[in-house]
Amino acid sequence: MSEKNVIPKNETVLSVSDLVVRFEGGGRQSKKKIVRAVDGVSFEIVRGEILALVGESGCGKSTIAMAVMRLLKPTSGQIISGGVNLATIHGRALQRARQRIQMIFQDPFGSLDPRQTVMEAVSEPLLIHKVGDSAGERKEMVFEALRMAQLNPPERLSENFPHELSGGQRQRVAIASAMILSPELVVADEPVSMLDVSARAGILRLMMDLRDRLGVSYLFITHDLATAWVVADRIAVVYLGRIVETGPSEVLVKNPAHPYTQALLNASQDGDATISAAAMVLKGEAPSAAAVPTGCRFHPRCPKYVELGKPESCRSEDPRLRVIKKGEITRRDHSAACHFTDEVK
Amino acid sequence: MNARYFVRKLSTLVVTLFLTVSFNFLLFHVLPGSPVQLLARSGHYDAAAKASLTKLFGLNHGLLTQYFIYLKNMVQGDLGFSYTYRKPVTTVLGAAVGNTVLLVGTATAITVFIGIWLGVKAASRANSLTDTAITVTSLTLWSMPDFFTGMILIFAAGVWTHVLPISGIETPGLTVGWLGHLLDIAKHLILPALTLMLVNAAEFSLITRNAMVDVMVDDYMVTARAKGVAKKVIVWHHALRNALLPIVTATALYVGMVLGGAIQVETVFSWPGMGLLIYNSVEQRDYPVLEGCFLLFAIAVIATNFISDILYQVLDARVRNN
Ligand SMILES: Nc1ncnc2c1ncn2[C@@H]1O[C@H](COP(=O)(O)OP(=O)(O)O)[C@@H](O)[C@H]1O
Ligand code: SF4
Ligand SMILES: [Mg+2]
Repeated sequence: MSEKNVIPKNETVLSVSDLVVRFEGGGRQSKKKIVRAVDGVSFEIVRGEILALVGESGCGKSTIAMAVMRLLKPTSGQIISGGVNLATIHGRALQRARQRIQMIFQDPFGSLDPRQTVMEAVSEPLLIHKVGDSAGERKEMVFEALRMAQLNPPERLSENFPHELSGGQRQRVAIASAMILSPELVVADEPVSMLDVSARAGILRLMMDLRDRLGVSYLFITHDLATAWVVADRIAVVYLGRIVETGPSEVLVKNPAHPYTQALLNASQDGDATISAAAMVLKGEAPSAAAVPTGCRFHPRCPKYVELGKPESCRSEDPRLRVIKKGEITRRDHSAACHFTDEVK
Repeated sequence: MNARYFVRKLSTLVVTLFLTVSFNFLLFHVLPGSPVQLLARSGHYDAAAKASLTKLFGLNHGLLTQYFIYLKNMVQGDLGFSYTYRKPVTTVLGAAVGNTVLLVGTATAITVFIGIWLGVKAASRANSLTDTAITVTSLTLWSMPDFFTGMILIFAAGVWTHVLPISGIETPGLTVGWLGHLLDIAKHLILPALTLMLVNAAEFSLITRNAMVDVMVDDYMVTARAKGVAKKVIVWHHALRNALLPIVTATALYVGMVLGGAIQVETVFSWPGMGLLIYNSVEQRDYPVLEGCFLLFAIAVIATNFISDILYQVLDARVRNN
């Protein structure tokens, strides 16, 4: 894959702290249960950085994305971007903020309005935010964005409706429409998971390429640790609405500190690198955000917990994210939420 | 436009028309109770008179021959002779059709606009108080028979307050200029049109609301919000455009409903249109007139369906390129 060590300007484009999102009565089986979809999540993204959120289906990744986009109102917490707290603003202020943060969705077949031509879809952000002086100028900007997304020839493709395009082409249209306002941050929720395998690499390469050329940052969501490793500068592993480990991709993959990350990686080494396959390796019932276990939320499935003789603290104390110490070296940018990280080799 | 689709729909139209015409023939010729028997019920007719009547209506021929004569006459624009009015059916219908078109046309134009507007309002605040109010009112109005709504309006506007005329299309013996005449007709139009409108706008608002609610949870709605599209634009531009197909289909069905409704409303308000004509002809057993009315209604419904099929294709990019 292409060069990804662009020197970031260290300017924070997004800072999320203690984000909590709860849904009421979300449980199918029981009435009026509270679903703790996001349960105290904090992270930062600097300019030009790609942060991957990795986790099993249902762990709250999309909910985090929706909260950052303010497509839903968080229960509590702060989402700071461009000097404003997105969690509390609304109306015009929110409208303005939306110019700086755009989103690419998982399903390119559903995310484009079937009645909008490519031209209409990609030029819509320009019209909303009143960018471009004339129709001609906007048209030229759309062509440029399509060219940037490698949709050639843009003059012809801009006339097409979504159903006339392949999945990969549609996702490029989504990318063009997200990039046309030169946003600081793009939230991409599993942008390749619904595409044919043959189209995936091209889309990922395009996204990384745009980061290098435009300096845009990504909150990149995936359930696939291998993809995260390839694409992201940093990875945050999410388990039941909480980040359980975070660090530079290289460090996290080579020296995982949390038993959950370790289990995922063990499974990955067996050939199939996807987390859904990895999750099968873990014992215990599938986690539910409607019934988060006491103490460490991972303890019912944790191999380490069994190995250590089921210590009381795992059942009673909720571990906080702590910086990993390894001998004398402390990696400030690598932390995990486990009472026993020191015991990890 | 796709030519094959057009030809297919057009041939469906022709076949349906032919079947309808044939069914109409069967309905009036095969079912028991010939016009001669009906006319002879009063007892004034002797055998010779009956025979000449039989000949007059062409009933002396075999059924198949009658059928061909019926088709031939129809093509020539001859729909038979009215027993009660003693005029050709086409003449009798001609006077009534215009009045019905005026009533139904006015009601439909207002119905579609108000119905869609209310439906969009309800859907854009799904489950709010506005939505509940619109939905409950619509359901109530929709479930009321047209004549009942009409009678309530007659009492409210005609009997209690005397603000509007409740019967006929114009005030008899009124001597005013053409403008005054027009205003007089407009005043007579208000209550029957309002009755038709109340019932059918309710239906439109419910259909629009449900189609909109379905569309509003689609992924591209979220995309539009994420782009920063204003709520109003999302609702009127993205959602309504995508919800339009069920609404077009509903319009096609609506024409059948509104014609049925017109029979009741015209009867209640003595509006001299086809509805009132049907009502009177049923009472008089004036079969040729009924036959003509049924035929026109059927043609109206079939033609509307054809138009909605074509509109469907124009609207739906997926059908268009298929
Ligand atoms: N609108 C909602 N109402 C109730 N529960 C929800 C809603 N959206 C998501 N959830 C629940 O929140 C949890 C996290 O979902 P999600 O964020 O979609 O996970 P992911 O994207 O990681 O698969 C799941 O348990 C899901 O069932
Ligand atoms: S705190 Fe205990 S249960 Fe939780 S991950 Fe660490 S060892 Fe496992
Ligand atoms: Mg998801």
